[in-house]
Formats: sequence, C-alpha cells, structure tokens
Amino acid sequence: MSSPTLPNAPLPAAVPRDAKAWLVSPALIFILALFVYPFVYGLVLSFQPMNGGSAFANYIAFFTDTAMWPTIIVTLKLAVPATIINVGLSVPVAFALRRNSPYQKFVTTLLVIPVTLGTVLIADGMLTYFGPNGWFSQAVHGLHLYSDEVRLTHNYWGVLISLIVSGFPFAFLLTLSYVTGIDPTLARAAATLGASPWEQFRQIYLPLLMPGLTMAACLSFVQAFSVFPSAVLLGAPAGPTRVISIAAAEAAFESYDYSLASAIAMVMGFVQLLVVAGMLSTRRFFYTGPVTGGKG
Amino acid sequence: MKHQFDELRLDSVSRSFMNAEGQAVAALRGLALNIQRGEFIALLGPSGCGKSTALNCIAGLQPLTGGQIWLDDQRIDVLPPEKRGFGMVFQNYALFPHMSVLDNVGFGLKMRGIAKSEAARRAYEALQMVQLIGQEKKLPGQLSGGQQQRVAIARAIVIEPSLVLMDEPLSNLDTKLRIEMRAEIRRIHSQLGRATIYVTHDQDEALSMADRIVVMREGSVQQVASPKEIYERPGNLHVARFLGYRNVAQFTLEGMQGEGVAVSSDGVRLIGMPMAGFDSKRVSVAMRPEDLERAAPGAENAFDAEVLTVEYGGHDSLIRVKAAFGNLWARVTGDVAVGEPICLRVPPSRTLVYDGEAP
Repeated sequence: MSSPTLPNAPLPAAVPRDAKAWLVSPALIFILALFVYPFVYGLVLSFQPMNGGSAFANYIAFFTDTAMWPTIIVTLKLAVPATIINVGLSVPVAFALRRNSPYQKFVTTLLVIPVTLGTVLIADGMLTYFGPNGWFSQAVHGLHLYSDEVRLTHNYWGVLISLIVSGFPFAFLLTLSYVTGIDPTLARAAATLGASPWEQFRQIYLPLLMPGLTMAACLSFVQAFSVFPSAVLLGAPAGPTRVISIAAAEAAFESYDYSLASAIAMVMGFVQLLVVAGMLSTRRFFYTGPVTGGKG
Repeated sequence: MKHQFDELRLDSVSRSFMNAEGQAVAALRGLALNIQRGEFIALLGPSGCGKSTALNCIAGLQPLTGGQIWLDDQRIDVLPPEKRGFGMVFQNYALFPHMSVLDNVGFGLKMRGIAKSEAARRAYEALQMVQLIGQEKKLPGQLSGGQQQRVAIARAIVIEPSLVLMDEPLSNLDTKLRIEMRAEIRRIHSQLGRATIYVTHDQDEALSMADRIVVMREGSVQQVASPKEIYERPGNLHVARFLGYRNVAQFTLEGMQGEGVAVSSDGVRLIGMPMAGFDSKRVSVAMRPEDLERAAPGAENAFDAEVLTVEYGGHDSLIRVKAAFGNLWARVTGDVAVGEPICLRVPPSRTLVYDGEAP
C-alpha cells in the first residue's frame, strides 16, 4: 500500500488587486470637484472674514444683525407651511387617484407641467393672474366674494402660493408612487373585517405611508427653504419675504463680501440639515418594512 | 349583523365589466345558489371562470350588475363589505404588514369596538385554534407561508362570521403543507359550525373538503352536487373534462344494454353509462386515465392499442396510446415501452357516455 501523494504544485501567487475599482474614479472626481470642493471652499472662506477679526466674525455678525438672523424665521415661515400644505394636500389627491385610470394619467400629466416650467415663468404668470387687475382679483370682485382690494402679489401670500404651485406637483408625484405601492387587497381585507373607508385609510394606508411621507416632506422642505426667484419676483424682498437666500445674495453681489455670503450659506445648510434630521428621526417610530400583505 | 343565518340565497347574481375596448364582458352570469348553515361549499373551475368574482360579490368587494343576495329575509347585496360581517381569507393572505400577528387577528374585534382585554383573549383563542401560540408578537414578514396562512384564517374566524369566504387560500403553499391545511380548514369549519365558501381550481381540494361543489365555467354554473355525484356523474363534458376525464372520443350509439348503453367506433364496442338522454346517434365517451387498466384480449370493454409515449411516474406510468378510435391517456402499472402493443379495458361503470359531439 502506498499512500497517495499530493501533486507538488506551487502555491498560487498572491491574487493581483482587482483593478476594476478604478472605474469609480471619474464619478469620484466629479463629486469631489463639483460638490465637495465648493462646499469645503465655502466653509473655509466663511471663517476668513473680509474685514479681519476672529474666525467666527461672520457668524457673530449674522446672528447679531437684525437684518440677517430674522431671515431664518422668515424662510421657515414660508417653507414650513408650504411643506405641510404640499404634502398634506398630496395625500388625499393621490389617495383618490390611487387606482390606475384615465384620470390618474390626466392629472399626473397636468401636474408635471409646472414642474417643467420653472419658478421664474410661474412667478411671471402669477404676477399678472393674481395681480391687482388680474383675472383672479377681477373674478373675486365680479362674483362679489370680497369687496376690498385682493393683494396676492408682492407679499407673503404671493410667495407661498408660488411655493405651492411649484412644490405640490413634486410632492404629489412622490406621494402617488408611495400610495400605489400599497397592496389594495390590504384595504379590502380591512373592509371585510369591519373597517369603514376612513378606518381603512387611518389603520392601513396611513401607517404604511408615513415613512414615504416623511421623505416627501424632507424633499419638499429643502426645495421650499432655498426659495429665491419667487421671493424676489412675487414677494416683498425688502421686508416680509426677505428670505435667507436673499441675504446671502446681497452679501455676495451687493457688498461683495463672499466670506459673509459663505457663512450665510453655511447657516442655511445647517438649518436645513437640522430640520431634515429631525423629520427623518421620526421614521423610527413607523413601520418601514414591505407594504404587501404576504406571498403572492 | 347576525351571527347565524339559516340560508344564504344568491338570486341570479350577475356581474359584467367593461373591457379595454369598451365592450361589456360578463364575468358572472345569473349565479343562483342556496347555502345552508354549516355547509362547506366549493366553487370549482378553471381560472377566469368567475369563481373569484362570485366570492368578491358575496363579500361586497365588487358590486353586482344584476341579481340579489339574501341572508334569510335580509337583502345584503346593497350593504358595503364592512357591514356584511363575513370573514374572508385572501389568496395572498393580505396580512397587515405593520401589525403584529396578535394585532392582525384582533383587528376585526377592534373595529367592532370590543374592549382590549376581551379582544386579546379572543384573538389568543383564535390563534390557539390555528395552532400559532408563541408567534403572536411577530410581524407577518417574519412568518413562513404556512404560518401566514394560519394567521389569515384566524383573523377571518375570530370575528365569528356567519360565513367564511376563502379565495384559493392554499395555492401559495407547497404540496405537503397544502394537504395538511386541507384537513385543518375542514376541522376549523366543523368546529365553528358555520358556512364556508371555498374557491379553488384544484379538483382534489374541492372533492376532499366540500359538502357540495359548484362547478363553474365562463361565468355560469355547470353543476351543483356532492363530491361523489360530481366525480361519478359529471353533468356535462366540460365538468367531466375538468374533473380529470381527459379522454374524450367520438362513438356511435348502438342501443341500450340493461342499465348501460352500447357504443361503437372503428370496430371497438364499449358498454358505458348514459349521462343524459340521447338526441342523436353521435355520442362522446369520457374516460379517466386512472380508470384504464391492462386486460386480457377479449375481456369486456377491452381494446387494443399501441404505446406512443411513456411518462414514468414511480408508482405508475402515464402513457399515451393509439387506439382504433383515437389517442388516449392511460395510467398503468408495470413496465411499458414505447411502440409496444397493449390491451386496455375500462369498466363500464367508469365509461361515461354523453349525447352529441365533444365541443
């Protein structure tokens, strides 16, 4: 008996490093050049005040100047109601259109239009439509609904309306995709168990929608918080709608203080981050798993 | 809603819908059926025959386009589903993914405003009945298919419905579990003593579980009878085909022979059971592959054939044979080879003769 001998093969050489990972480099360079570098540049710049002083001089200036820090409040006063209205309105509309029908296609198409038009065109249209002699005010007077002057431009309401016109379709399309993703047999099962249509919505649809709705609210909020063109064109940029982006633009292009403008932009980003983080942290109170009712 | 009824009456229930071309398509044509308390009814038919539509109409999930549904002396087809108080088990179970097993089962009780402690007690009882104690804290996504199925059943029966509707509840389970669950569902049905309507396309399921079977095709009822009656005396060729009488051949009527009837074709003479009166000499003969057996030449109802194909199945083999009157399927035991001559016979009692040509 001879024991079988193992072939005396050499050990395989060390596997060469997988070169495919380098394929990610163009995308990485792109991100670094267009997002990371400008952000870091702005961050560093914001700590180098134009007129000298401490590194925090710009931030101190922002939070002590009464022409500066209230812009945060002004922007929040616009962005928060706009977000609530946009997401809040999109839920019942998306719910009503959850079944695939010609109406769903029609409304979806109709709502995509304002998304594609851009805020400036919407603002221009609104200036004439909602203006003192526009169709809207003439219709309100003609129908004797309101006798005083209807002022919906060059103030808070003009900006809020424009945020809804441009933000609602966005929130609606997001919400619609969440609503249609929920298995309709769940609501039917709830119905056979005695749930009225309202209970079906409250017990089944709403809990399953919450994670999606917080996401839609985050995106809507960020969009609304960075409002600029409509705040200038439709609002009162010197007063009630002097939003934070206007303060930053003034610092950069009227005072040529890029350092202060960068600091304002950093504050703006921080406030957005704070609100978004707050909203996303509520997601852990909700069920976030699959939204179908079993196999099949 | 009442907890018990004596009779559920479907009075020419119809439903049609508009197809994409805007034409009305009838999914259900004049379904008439009386269901007694405690009965287990199976709606059997191929997909698209209207059996699920019928179930949804009874549950109130789809409106009728004609007819009425009565629960004793109360008309219920005008009520929304949440007012009918029927329990329903869905094909995909439709468990609420964000609720625990216990909350799923307790949902119907919560909707009825039953106190929390009482609801929990009854939900536990229902879970006990479907043998799922110990899983009540889990989410449906953490359960196996068979367990999800049991939760769906518990959720439907905990509200003590007067009628339980089941829409192909076993079709997503594997064969072994399916056979176990049949007995389980039957046991739960007997324990509750209420009516069950069970939709299936599986003839074995219908035969083994139901008190009465309703065979449907293209929206109409073909036959309503006991499993034994359906199996042994299918009302027409469609029912026969669906119940496994895969062999249908054209024969000529020769005459009556005692209780049976003599038919012939291409030199083969068979004795069969008449399934209806005869209007013409042209008749169709239906045989199940399982009822064909090897025979000695010259035996009663025997004929010669040639083996065309063999599908080995372990216990027996499914073979395709060429006989003088046509090609047949047969299930035979023992060795069999392609091209071999074989002599087969079919007992006269298992040879069904229908009037007219096969559709």
